[in-house]
Amino acid sequence: MEIFWIILGILLGALSATTVHRVSAMYSGRLLACIPATGFMWLLTRVPDIHDHPLQGSISWFPQLGADLSFHVDALGLLMALLITGIGAIILAYSGDYLKGDSQQGRFFVFLMVFMASMLGVVTADNLILLFVFWELTSVSSYLLIGYYHESAESRWKALQALLVTGLGGAAMMGGLILLNRASGTWTISEMLNSGLSIAEHAYYPAIVTLFIIGAFTKSAQFPFHFWLPNAMAAPTPVSAYLHSATMVKAGVFLLLRFTPVLGGTSAWMITLTGFGSITMLIGAVNGLRQTDLKKILAYTTLSVLGMLVLLIGLGTPTAIASAMLLLTGHALYKATLFLTSGIIDHETGTRDLQRLRGLRRAMPITAAIAGLAALSKAGLPPFFGFIGKESIYSIGFAPGAMVAILPMIMLANMIMFALALSTGFHPFHGAVTSDTPKSPHEAGPAMYLGPLILSVLGLVFGLLPGITVESLIGSAVTSILSTETDIHLSVWHGFNVPLLLSIATIAGGVVLYRMRVCFWSKADESDRRRLSFDRIYTFIFNGFVAVAKCQTRILQSGYLRNYFIIILSVTGAMIAFNLIALGGLPRTFNIRDAKILDWAACIIIMASLYPAIFGRSRMTVLIALGAVGFGVTMIFILHGAPDLAITQIVVETLTVVLFMLAIYRLPNFRSHSTRNMRFFDSVFSGIAGLLVTLCVLKAQHVKLAPSVSNQYSEWSYSLAHGKNIVNVILVDFRALDTMGEISVLAISSIGIMTLVLTRTRKRRMEKQE
Amino acid sequence: MTSLILRATARSLLPVLLLFSWIILYRGHNLPGGGFIGGLTAAAGFIIVGLSEDIEQAKRILRISPLSLMAVGLLTAALSGVIGVMTGAPFMTGIWLNTFEMPVVGTIHLGTPMLFDVGVYLAVCGFSLNTLFTLSETED
Repeated sequence: MEIFWIILGILLGALSATTVHRVSAMYSGRLLACIPATGFMWLLTRVPDIHDHPLQGSISWFPQLGADLSFHVDALGLLMALLITGIGAIILAYSGDYLKGDSQQGRFFVFLMVFMASMLGVVTADNLILLFVFWELTSVSSYLLIGYYHESAESRWKALQALLVTGLGGAAMMGGLILLNRASGTWTISEMLNSGLSIAEHAYYPAIVTLFIIGAFTKSAQFPFHFWLPNAMAAPTPVSAYLHSATMVKAGVFLLLRFTPVLGGTSAWMITLTGFGSITMLIGAVNGLRQTDLKKILAYTTLSVLGMLVLLIGLGTPTAIASAMLLLTGHALYKATLFLTSGIIDHETGTRDLQRLRGLRRAMPITAAIAGLAALSKAGLPPFFGFIGKESIYSIGFAPGAMVAILPMIMLANMIMFALALSTGFHPFHGAVTSDTPKSPHEAGPAMYLGPLILSVLGLVFGLLPGITVESLIGSAVTSILSTETDIHLSVWHGFNVPLLLSIATIAGGVVLYRMRVCFWSKADESDRRRLSFDRIYTFIFNGFVAVAKCQTRILQSGYLRNYFIIILSVTGAMIAFNLIALGGLPRTFNIRDAKILDWAACIIIMASLYPAIFGRSRMTVLIALGAVGFGVTMIFILHGAPDLAITQIVVETLTVVLFMLAIYRLPNFRSHSTRNMRFFDSVFSGIAGLLVTLCVLKAQHVKLAPSVSNQYSEWSYSLAHGKNIVNVILVDFRALDTMGEISVLAISSIGIMTLVLTRTRKRRMEKQE
Repeated sequence: MTSLILRATARSLLPVLLLFSWIILYRGHNLPGGGFIGGLTAAAGFIIVGLSEDIEQAKRILRISPLSLMAVGLLTAALSGVIGVMTGAPFMTGIWLNTFEMPVVGTIHLGTPMLFDVGVYLAVCGFSLNTLFTLSETED
């Protein structure tokens, strides 16, 4: 249950963030960082016995729907939660300085902490519906974060793109989760995993896997949805560090890992994941080579690593899963660091362009050291953590056959990754000093470099001492993923063997690519337009949607009242006609002999007032005649025992006439714009519509579709709701929610009228003044 | 409109209509009436003032803006639903006080559905007046 309080605490932090920021703009980032930091510390104390005692707890939410606020944190969830809270605290402290003086900074903290809480929810939720809620919340909050620089149209467009792509995935995911519930019979994830159930044989399996994979792929930016991730670099750098490397893009990977026991193990799963994973891995790596923007390079290498993760999950052997966990953890540490150092570079020099950044180590020695450490880990050199991960991948032991092709692809990706690690971590700091930067470079403040320093040192410590730091947690994470006991032993030195040889070959290749880096850059610009073809497909589809919507609006919303009436009445009439036929044709019997003399009087009043209402030559005549019709109807209500309706009708009728009177002076002179043919059509059309409604009313007396509720209501009205007026009891008690909705609609429409009328009046006034 | 009779009666009609609208509101739970009709009746009172003198006068007598009237109405209605939640029941569950006797009025039985009806009353009244004031404000 404690995890619930952590999430709630972060959400409360988000609520108070703007206030905290107003009180102390100087320290707000650091103050708010205390919340996730506390959560991190607490979670850290749970590490030793997480394997035997997973954290869990549940609060009833919508038990009827199977949705509960239930949480279950095993080793995998704990590892992710540690990354989210730990890196989250660092990011908060960092962005306090990074965005210092930005007028929107308070809001930024709100968005970031909402994201943090929802991400924490994704990795700890034990209920499929809860998982989906958090999943969508991460999409929404990341939209707000990517679009943080909302004055820029480009940034808004990119944020929308990320939202639409991940939102599409979210919709697919929802379908997948619902089908999964149908197939497994439970909403609880831990129950599903513990039962050792596999639904591979189930009829829904292909649909579930497809929907799940679409959901995970959009979130984790897998081919062919990869294009949104580099575009999401429009976000402020701390956001990219947090969302687009350490946490959110891992949500898809996390989900694939989580559901491996349930969904995995089939050849469809394996082929899809390895296939798309390797394509993404190569696309990311190759495109990364061409970039000169530090953040773009990091984005593409992230893409590459995400592809590799998906590929490893697709392989699905214990070693592959263990390698995936190592890669995931290592990547979170070094990639967040490199993003943050590139943010420092950007912040202190004013540019992120590799071609202009050289020799910064003198001006910013601490940043240079941090970035260097992270780059070495990313490059996969011993004794860094990244090396252990890479060794582990090379030791998977690729079976002969199709899988053999995967090894060279991974090696190629790793070589490029090596080169790009040096490009981002060494290139800007070494070489001859240039004075090409917009700002003269200097070292950042401690709030900015302390966080990345911790992360990069961790990369070294985990590499040197894996046995006493991360081994047990990653071991239990693998165990919890596969639901089978697995033992892993991590160390930097495994002796001379094949993986070591492959590592040496990778490093050699990487060094060559790094030395050649300038050759790839030159082509970056002109190929950019051609290459981002998926981005263009997205734009094409997007514009298509907009065009269809416009076209449809133009047809349906013609602006002519006459057309609206024709559409509304023909649809209503068609539905009535359809139901009349479906329910056995025209009503057979109706009795007019029961009508009393007063009924006839009311009818005559109505009929007589209709004539001036239709043929009147002035608005006032028509208006008064319509009022008379209304009062005639009121009379019928009174005669047939509906006093509530009658009173309402009288008041509404009166007010309508008054409102009309107000408007009538402002309308242009009464003129008939319709031609003879149009009038003929209108009269026939409304005649038919009226006839159909009459038939419907007559028919309704003989048809009973469902048992009537009125007896039940009249029984309950007094006994349960303490009211004798059933109409009122229905309005304010039985169906109060509907009434709530109705009065909200009233309020909205009134505000709508106000905006429509007043904007026009104000515009006129302004024109007059000019 | 410049009818002297209307102008003379409008001012005295307003309190009567307001009192009448409260009665309609209160009796609604057991007899014909309720928040919707009550709200419209109250609005009618102000509209008569607005028609006989001018809209500005009606606004002055109302004092608060019809927009706030609407907002308060919606909040009251929503709040009446929350009271049920506080006792552990689902949203919008009716909670009733014990009945008590009051001179003149008789037996009084108060509950959250009546509070809800008050919200409806305010929202409807605010809606009508807001629409009316807006429409009358247009100048050509």
